[in-house]
Amino acid sequence: MSADVSQEKITLGTITMAHGSGGKAMEELIRTVFVEAFNSNHDNPQLASLEDQARFDLAALQQQGNRLAFTTDSYVVDPLFFPGGDIGKLAVTGTVNDLAMGGAKPLYLSCGFIIEEGLPIDTLKKVVRSMQQTAVEAGVSIVTGDTKVVHKGSCDKLFINTAGVGVIAEGVNISAHNAQAGDAIIINGYLGDHGAAIVDARGDLALQNTIESDCQPLNDLVQAMLAVCPDIHCLRDATRGGLATVLNEFAQASNCSMQVDETKLPIRDEVRGMCEILGLDPLYLANEGKLVAVVPAAAAEKLIAVMQNHRAGRHSTIIGQVKALSKPVSKPSVLMTTGFGSQRIVDRLVGEQLPRIC
Amino acid sequence: MKYVDEFRDPDTARKLVQQIQRLTDSIMAKRAEAGYTMPLQLMEFCGGHTHTIFRYGIEQLLPDTIELVHGPGCPVCVLPRGRVDDAVALASRPEVIFTTFGDAMRVPGSQKSLLQAKADGADIRMVYSPLDALKLAKENPEREVIFFALGFETTMPSTALTLLQAERQGITNFSLFCNHITTVPTIDAILGDPDMILDGFLAPGHVSMVIGEEPFQFVAKEFHKPLVITGFEPLDILQSLTMVLLQINEGRTEVENQYKRVVQKQGNSPGQQAIETVFEIRDFFELRGLGSVDHSGVRIRDAYARYDAERKFPLSLTGGGITVTDPAGCQCGDVLKGLIRPWQCTQFGEQCTPQTPMGALMVSSEGACAAYYQYSDVQELKLKRSHQKESVSA
Amino acid sequence: MCLGIPGQIVSISDADNSMAMVDVSGVQREVNIMCIVEPNTNAQDYIGEWVLVHVGFAMSHLDEEEAQRTLALLQELGEFQEELDAMKEQEPQQAGESQ
Ligand code: SF4
Repeated sequence: MSADVSQEKITLGTITMAHGSGGKAMEELIRTVFVEAFNSNHDNPQLASLEDQARFDLAALQQQGNRLAFTTDSYVVDPLFFPGGDIGKLAVTGTVNDLAMGGAKPLYLSCGFIIEEGLPIDTLKKVVRSMQQTAVEAGVSIVTGDTKVVHKGSCDKLFINTAGVGVIAEGVNISAHNAQAGDAIIINGYLGDHGAAIVDARGDLALQNTIESDCQPLNDLVQAMLAVCPDIHCLRDATRGGLATVLNEFAQASNCSMQVDETKLPIRDEVRGMCEILGLDPLYLANEGKLVAVVPAAAAEKLIAVMQNHRAGRHSTIIGQVKALSKPVSKPSVLMTTGFGSQRIVDRLVGEQLPRIC
Repeated sequence: MKYVDEFRDPDTARKLVQQIQRLTDSIMAKRAEAGYTMPLQLMEFCGGHTHTIFRYGIEQLLPDTIELVHGPGCPVCVLPRGRVDDAVALASRPEVIFTTFGDAMRVPGSQKSLLQAKADGADIRMVYSPLDALKLAKENPEREVIFFALGFETTMPSTALTLLQAERQGITNFSLFCNHITTVPTIDAILGDPDMILDGFLAPGHVSMVIGEEPFQFVAKEFHKPLVITGFEPLDILQSLTMVLLQINEGRTEVENQYKRVVQKQGNSPGQQAIETVFEIRDFFELRGLGSVDHSGVRIRDAYARYDAERKFPLSLTGGGITVTDPAGCQCGDVLKGLIRPWQCTQFGEQCTPQTPMGALMVSSEGACAAYYQYSDVQELKLKRSHQKESVSA
Repeated sequence: MCLGIPGQIVSISDADNSMAMVDVSGVQREVNIMCIVEPNTNAQDYIGEWVLVHVGFAMSHLDEEEAQRTLALLQELGEFQEELDAMKEQEPQQAGESQ
């Protein structure tokens, strides 16, 4: 991003209720913070026109595919800045990834900011610049937005909502219902980095380490995968609830058994260490840049080769296989062969994972 | 040596399992001669062992003639409802920052859990160590920081030493809500039950690390049951099972120590001293699922009364002796004694699930019922239960 | 009950309060080592030692010799089992011959 130095001139201070009043203060905030960042390359005509809505040429969209994908997500992460990312980066990657998991090419994002009065404008600027930088990286434009300021205590510093649209190319048909017996299960790298980084960044537990969030856009990786294997069966990013939750969703939707091998799961030593200390299970830790793919076995090796060549998939690996339901576990479920040679069911989590002493 | 991976080797496990099979065959053959065919009932007392057993699928590696009985050794699970109510009352006071280990947050009281109290506005913080709670007290001199002290002897030295440190540093806005419980009276209560049918014990390794081997001698001497102090990796469990079976096969009843890399015969004396200095035995304490057990809890000595939340805020509390009974239909006590398996409880998977725990054993992931729920096919287990009922009524 | 994990003391962070940094797979946490420091020894001498940590307190040394002994014992049990298996394999043969 070409953040030009003149930007620094805007009044540094804190957000007040005036910034949400619709008056001059708000207009100035929009111009000097949001438009300045999101149109920093002067290539965002939809936003620059400052209409109440962004407008698109349908014909241009139609050239890229035959279906529109549309999604939304809200971001309330605490703390706002954490090792490897911040709420702004997360707000863009999260929505971009949700689109990408349907095989869509993400194009446009909206953003809604709910700001607690008293937030330093400098903090907001940092977040907004990070959003723009991530948007550039992911090849999407942030084309419309909204700002609300709420009284102290009505929200925690800053909440962001983003919605996004993308286009799905003809012939791509990815769904959690599509897993078939024999399919290979693939992951694009280390598990649990984001969850571990957040646990740590909250600081209550006073653990020192160098774990960084894996927060990254996955749309380019998915396009590379589709190029060699248009027939990807299932695709989901393993965010809240981690790998275990996604696999359970696939098993349920496709009525099959997802069988993974514990020794194949890529988990960093440090993440493992943190899990040992706190009694957490890395299978349930959140990720923000990890996708789980179920693909025809014949295409698996080819896909792994392509993925490992991609920045977002260096440590891609096959972690298991889809099996038809059979005794002794005849309900859709996730079965893990432990490093110890036995098998156990990996169920969904009941509530939030809490550190344990016993 | 990393002290972890070495004790998770699948090849060694396979061989140990064969050994266990051979020993059980031999024991069962002898028993059959005596006209006695009941499977061997071996109890792992400690919730940490239960966790390892489920996490590594150890039960399914064992012969059918061994049944593992998952004991009450999860201090979070056996926390009685009245005490949780007290904790919620303390936490809800405006001046209080209530600090707790994470897994105690979900335990239901008769009204609500700490997690719900937090949602209702109580200032409740999760900490990793009692020292973190003390640090909060230092940082917030205008607030009262209470630490929810719970756990068996393993955890007692940590809270005792934290209290002593508070005293040394002259910190006065810090107190403990003491719910520590003791292992020996609890095991004694289980063994003393006339319905008891256990054949041997895996004893808690980390409790032993503090109190040593000696306090467990009564199990071998008075109750004539084999007992092996056990570590927490899967090979530790298998090796200890082998050691218990060897004792049974040879007709010995002894206290043996499988976990010598951590547990010294005499335990940890600075830890024992800290316990002795700060705590004294209560006449009785309630354990959820087992009811009131004599001498099973400790309280803070008079000399440290100013660090005792129960005495600092007496009005709000039920006093630790008043029992809030468990819901009707809960069969935790029978499960704890090994009389029924968790899935044989009629509430299992029906009224009682991890989302809506009725009994103690469904509360923490260490609890036997919660572990069965999480790690097995609940539908299958329910089917099995109804088949059993049919065959009983037929 | 009582989650305890092995870690290695890497430095002494506050000798007066017996606090040390302990490393578990690259994650470090400040831990109280009062219970494992012998009288008349210096906290510094414990750097490099493996300890068992429970709720922020080191509660025991890890004894490498004992750990090796346990592993050796496990190995022996395994080998003993292999011998048994070898014997078993011979048995049916003998049975066959006697028929
Ligand atoms: S299923 Fe619930 S009520 Fe029944 S024994 Fe287990 S915890 Fe108690």
